[in-house]
Amino acid sequence: MTATTRAARAWRRGAATLAVGALAAVGMTACSSSSSGSASSGSTASSSDIAAALQKKSTITVWAWAPQDKDIVAAFEKKYPNVTVNLVNAGTSTTQYTKLQNAIKAGSGVPDVAQIEYYALPQFAVSGSVQSLDGYGFDSLKSDYASAVGDAITVNGSLDALPQDTGPMALFYNEKIFKQYGLTVPTTWDQYVADAVKLHAANSSEYITSDTGDPGFATSMTWQAGGKPFTVNGATSVTINTADAGTQKWATEWDQMEEKGLLAQTAGWSSQWFTQLGNGQIATLVTGAWMPDNLETSAAAGNGDWRVAPMPTYTAGTAASAENGGSSYAVMKGSSNALVAAGFVQFLATQPGEQILANEGGFPALTSILNSSSFLDQDPAYFGGQKINEVLSSAAASVLGGWSYMPFQVYANSIFPDTVGKAYSNKTDIYAAMQAWYKASAAYGTQQGFTVTTK
Amino acid sequence: MTVLSAGSPPRTRGAELKPRRRRKWTGWGFIGPFLLVFLFDLVAPIVYAIYLSLFQDKLIGGNKFAGLANYTQALSDPQFWTGFERVVLFLIVQVPIMLLISLGAALAIDSARLHWTPLYRLSIFLPYAVPSVVGALMWGFLYGNQFGLVSDLDSWFHVTLPNVLQSGTWILPAIGNIVTWEFIGYNMLIFYSALQTIPGELYEAAELDNASSWRIIWHIKIPALRPAIAIATIFSIIGSFQLFTEPAVLYPIATNAIGSAFTPNYYAYNLSFNGQEYNYSATIAIVMGVITVVVAYVFQRISQRNQGA
Amino acid sequence: MAVTEQAPSAARRSARPARGSRKAWNPNKRRKSPMLTAVMTLGLIYSLLPLFWLIVNASKTQSNLFSTNGLWFGGHFALFENIKQTLTYSNGEFLHWFGNTLIYVVVGAGGATFLSTVGGYGLAKFDFPGKRGVLAVVLGAVAIPGTVLVVPTFLMFSKMGITNTYWSVIIPSLINPFGLYLMWIFARDAIPKELLEAARVDGAKEWRIFFSISLKLLRPGMITVLLFAVVATWNNYFLPLIMINKPSLYPLTVGLYQWNALSQTAGGTPIFNLVLTGSVLMIVPIMVVFLVMQRYWQSGLAAGSVKQ
Repeated sequence: MTATTRAARAWRRGAATLAVGALAAVGMTACSSSSSGSASSGSTASSSDIAAALQKKSTITVWAWAPQDKDIVAAFEKKYPNVTVNLVNAGTSTTQYTKLQNAIKAGSGVPDVAQIEYYALPQFAVSGSVQSLDGYGFDSLKSDYASAVGDAITVNGSLDALPQDTGPMALFYNEKIFKQYGLTVPTTWDQYVADAVKLHAANSSEYITSDTGDPGFATSMTWQAGGKPFTVNGATSVTINTADAGTQKWATEWDQMEEKGLLAQTAGWSSQWFTQLGNGQIATLVTGAWMPDNLETSAAAGNGDWRVAPMPTYTAGTAASAENGGSSYAVMKGSSNALVAAGFVQFLATQPGEQILANEGGFPALTSILNSSSFLDQDPAYFGGQKINEVLSSAAASVLGGWSYMPFQVYANSIFPDTVGKAYSNKTDIYAAMQAWYKASAAYGTQQGFTVTTK
Repeated sequence: MTVLSAGSPPRTRGAELKPRRRRKWTGWGFIGPFLLVFLFDLVAPIVYAIYLSLFQDKLIGGNKFAGLANYTQALSDPQFWTGFERVVLFLIVQVPIMLLISLGAALAIDSARLHWTPLYRLSIFLPYAVPSVVGALMWGFLYGNQFGLVSDLDSWFHVTLPNVLQSGTWILPAIGNIVTWEFIGYNMLIFYSALQTIPGELYEAAELDNASSWRIIWHIKIPALRPAIAIATIFSIIGSFQLFTEPAVLYPIATNAIGSAFTPNYYAYNLSFNGQEYNYSATIAIVMGVITVVVAYVFQRISQRNQGA
Repeated sequence: MAVTEQAPSAARRSARPARGSRKAWNPNKRRKSPMLTAVMTLGLIYSLLPLFWLIVNASKTQSNLFSTNGLWFGGHFALFENIKQTLTYSNGEFLHWFGNTLIYVVVGAGGATFLSTVGGYGLAKFDFPGKRGVLAVVLGAVAIPGTVLVVPTFLMFSKMGITNTYWSVIIPSLINPFGLYLMWIFARDAIPKELLEAARVDGAKEWRIFFSISLKLLRPGMITVLLFAVVATWNNYFLPLIMINKPSLYPLTVGLYQWNALSQTAGGTPIFNLVLTGSVLMIVPIMVVFLVMQRYWQSGLAAGSVKQ
């Protein structure tokens, strides 16, 4: 075979030259990708420009997973009959972001509008994938939302998206199970752990909650514990504090749950998870205010059993919460219908869209609705008629300030299972794993050209 | 493979001299279309991947020539090498098990000592027709310890089987089981077809010598199967190195057990589509491709030598 | 796996040709082994169990899926309702995906078979400069993992702007090095030199010879290659997953996976019963094809796997 191998190698070289020639002909020699430190600058357009565009015949594609969006789209199309909206559910959160990045790289199939959670927005903005909304006349809208929300949608000084909902965290618990096993509704985390021990000891197929390691949950819990591991100093500079006290506080508390096997190991959002929520095998959920609609749709068996209470804290008598999730909608760069897309985003993020969201169990970002009595008086049957929005509103008010995400949080979250996830399955120290995660994220940031200071 | 040493069949000279010259280039007309697409489908992406692997495209700073920096990084990347060791382990354990079972099945079906032979032949082959996505989905449901087969077994036999989808140690055998299930039929078919071509005279001779069934298997069937075993092994090795679909499909329900760098291919995929690190991903793909080709080539040489070709 | 046999059987095989399926053995001389049958039945159960599970659970409603025993029917028998719902869900998405899959298979697998046949014939029946090199390169290509190529191909296609089209999936499917190898082996043996020489002496052009004489002789091999190419393109997942973004271009593999993913995300509706039913509907055509074409692929593989 040696003779043929030599011949083969020679032939391969020849073929390679041919191929390179072919590639050159297709024009691949130019290294054309560039990236700015912020979203591409928007063209100036006034609200009348947008209004005019909405009157013309056009079609836009929107990628979103929020269940209420179907009705929001229907209302939008009713108001602007010349616009057709193609609503696509391209997956939730990371799943959609992967597809979005894929489409952006391919330069084809990018939607006009995409639902992007607050923590993910900076990464898309920095890579120049979203259209800046500066100059569209939306700046005045920022005051209609909480200042934290306004900060979340502004990346490096540019308004990049408009908000839909927020996710202040609260404690969702199954009152039927609590009564059955004589558990008290916890106000501190130590009480929560005690409840967990009691519940699991009484019935080994019952768990206080399920957690297989979720980066959104870990960062939100760190947030609530007062942690501030990430600081963004300008467009290209990030500080990551691997010895963050809040991280340690939460991790140490949560270690007790993990080591004693008090956490159900059911993958979140799976069919098993919803079934266990419905039948009470998972007794609580510490999650964002957007959860009610999901419980009502997918865990129907628990109808009437669930209630909402403020999130437990580390010190008795204090109130503290954090954000978990919460989405904004951005116009993607390269959209051929940017004005119409901007008009849709505006519709969704202001009274018309937000009211629909609120009516269907969502937790809108618009403060006027948040404070309205009709919103606060909602008493869904799923929660036994409790006025859950009152609890959720006070949770929103107690969200601790000063938190930042890393500008490459989407990627960091995708490698979370490699360090912290493994700690969960091996039942080892969560804090050490979190530190390893911070370090790995820092390495990625440095590799991507950021100036990362690790403390 | 002994294939290449066969070369072209011997020709007589003289009368064929003139037509051979005319036919000299006609062959290109037939192989041409394939080669054109081959260039575009195989050679061009490899060349482009090599080109990409020499650059780095950062979120801050853009696209810059980086020489062999990506390769140095790949060669010292613990995640890549852990994934690589994992597929090697997978290969060493799963491939022999699968091939042994396929071989046994083929021999059993060929032995004509089975009742309803066609039923077995067909049903063992059926899993191959199932898309690996569907196969992984099905097994994912079956493995679920709350509502799947595992939970039923737990309650019937009063045991607690390990929660395979959450266990770092059990997930690899679990995936190995899925791959075995998918490919037993395919490999069995390769062996069975090979067995069909054994000339009858050999069996007649064995009859005359009053050979036992085991002797027939050992001295007639297995030697005849050697080339088929070699092919099946090479393809299985290549397949093991490529392991992607099963971990990818199971990832949402076994996130911690699998991790983003479970196999080199999955790592390359995540680098591209989660991390936007296309250049580094291309590097990993190339390194993996080179390793696979080398291993396949070495294996083929070894088996060639063993066959005495 | 242990193959237990009793005393040697007499007159195992009558003389028969070296290729083709075995004929004319005397069933009375064959002693069936119940033990062997029992062992093989374990293998049969192993192979069929997940498929049995699939069919049983495709007949359940969404809510019964997780409240009834996984291995037997439970609750209302809903198979036909599920089928109807699968075919009509989301404006008949499933049928649309089915059509896409057919396009990918017919053009992709059909094209691959054609290229492999024509190429294999050329390799087998002609001697031309560079032939050894071609052989070495193409056979070396068999060793290159297909998935290794997907990401570079995606990046290359993105640069060229042809992702997210039917061609982005079809073009990479057209190359089947193993198919080329099989056809090369098959053509070498199935077409006697004399036949070709006679036709050439009569003055026929090579392409005419190919289409009118050789093609017929190559048919069993072609069908084998076609069948395996069909399975490969029908079941193709990774390639379309990367290349295709628009749901309207998905093949069934990607589409079903999306349904499954959407069933377990925030804001999604659980439709696991449709995922299962869709899987059944997806598997059935391939199995029918294999059943119907059994004799072809067995003889084709026989020729290919042994002739060295």
